[in-house]
Amino acid sequence: MAINSIDRTAKQIVLTVQDYSLLAWNAFLNLFRPPIYWPEFLIQSDVIGFGSLSIVVLSGFFTGCVLALQSAATLAQFGATAVTGRFVSMSMIRELGPVLTGIMVSGRNASSIASELGSMVVTEQIDAMRALGVDPIRKLVTPRIFACISMLFFLTILADAFGILGGATVTVFLNHQNGTQYFSMAWEYLRFPDILQGLVKPLFFGYIVASIGCFYGLRTTGGTQGVGRSTISAVVNSSVLIIFVDFLISQIMVFFFR
Amino acid sequence: MDTSSAAAPPTPAPAPDASPVAVFRNVSIAFDGPPVLEDISFSVAPRETRILLGPAGVGKSVLLKLINGLLRPDKGSILLFGEEISHMPEEQIFSLRARTGMVFQEGALFDSLTIRDNVAYQLIQEGAGDEEIDARVREALRFVDLEETFGMYPSSLSGGMKRRVAIARALIHQPELILYDSPTGGLDPVTSYNIIELIAKERDVYRVPSLLVTHRLQDAFALCTHRFDPELGRMAPLPEGQCDPHTTFLMLEEGRLIFDGTLHGLLHSDNAFVREFLE
Repeated sequence: MAINSIDRTAKQIVLTVQDYSLLAWNAFLNLFRPPIYWPEFLIQSDVIGFGSLSIVVLSGFFTGCVLALQSAATLAQFGATAVTGRFVSMSMIRELGPVLTGIMVSGRNASSIASELGSMVVTEQIDAMRALGVDPIRKLVTPRIFACISMLFFLTILADAFGILGGATVTVFLNHQNGTQYFSMAWEYLRFPDILQGLVKPLFFGYIVASIGCFYGLRTTGGTQGVGRSTISAVVNSSVLIIFVDFLISQIMVFFFR
Repeated sequence: MDTSSAAAPPTPAPAPDASPVAVFRNVSIAFDGPPVLEDISFSVAPRETRILLGPAGVGKSVLLKLINGLLRPDKGSILLFGEEISHMPEEQIFSLRARTGMVFQEGALFDSLTIRDNVAYQLIQEGAGDEEIDARVREALRFVDLEETFGMYPSSLSGGMKRRVAIARALIHQPELILYDSPTGGLDPVTSYNIIELIAKERDVYRVPSLLVTHRLQDAFALCTHRFDPELGRMAPLPEGQCDPHTTFLMLEEGRLIFDGTLHGLLHSDNAFVREFLE
């Protein structure tokens, strides 16, 4: 009985991974095969990019504040408060900017994509689209993935900038240190691999957020309750996958640029 | 309008050499359990209206979705416009689907689009011009008597109006086969009659073959015993004892096809389930 259950669960997991891989691969190929739905891409860019702007800017700013506050206390024990700027900029650009932005965008957009597509599935709108001769992967999934990748890239840059600004605010107004020194340290020790790492990650995270949201949305079953379940699965799985992929990319980057 | 007597077996409607628009050959399908449909074989001839009867949950909607490849069978073959679609790649099947019209159970209108954009969905995807789209949408909406809804959103329409808009959307591209999935389900008798009248109008004016799924006998019989009178602009009963020769019946019981024939055959069937369903 127990073996049967394990067997069924294992098959279910393999099937889910297979279905996700097929959807993600087809959606990726559609990026290079016409027709590309440009109006859909622009609408989704507005929804994902502009819509997430405030939460990304605020979370980036306050993360920078906290980093400066916590690091200054520790660095003061070694008489190294001068390197607060370097610490904040390095942490934001290499790790916290991309990961936090990815998770914030996932919370807002993987959920909205999953619930939107899930509602379309349970009201047969996806079947209607297919019956009218339109490929829902091309029309709905590909523009969302394309928009999420490009918008997350720019949102991460903004989160990095506002994080460094938040660190500067704490450094100058709460820790009463020199602002010029902070920015000078933040800039001086930045290297190309740090920036590369920070800009490569959002490309992967954007792909994860949109593809996972679409995947769980399109496989919704069980009416409105099913839509709720899909939304939860999309947010949980995309957030975990973002952190896991962050680890993998960091490992690869450390290997190539140590 | 050709009619035949319900008392005698009617003659088949299509010409003998006319190839069917859709064919099922020994089709079976299951979803994680016992088969939903098993060994189903039938065809839809040009000009023919087939009414698929059966109680709720018997697999009628599944059968409808198999016809245009929205679902794929586990066994058997399905021919749509002469092409085998059971194993056809999804990209190739889109062009065949575009030649069919489908009316879903609840209408399945896109709630973020206006009625104009819903009805014109296929035309917009094909890049038709705005003037042509507007003219054709107005014509389709006029057919279902809902021209005033042109700029409205689906959320502001009643259930019956949504079904009528769905019929307009299915008709706008001049399909070669129309599939109706319980178009009168959950509607009041007056609205149901209006929908059946539209289906009869489509059958008798455009003469497009169709497959209609329903569990409401009164709708099925009304469609078979009435014709659309273009002069009166409404459905009129055929003379006593006559029925539309192009309208035939199928009946499902627990995933199996237990009846395929005319109204006369249905009314005189010896099958216990058919008799029970009719009573």
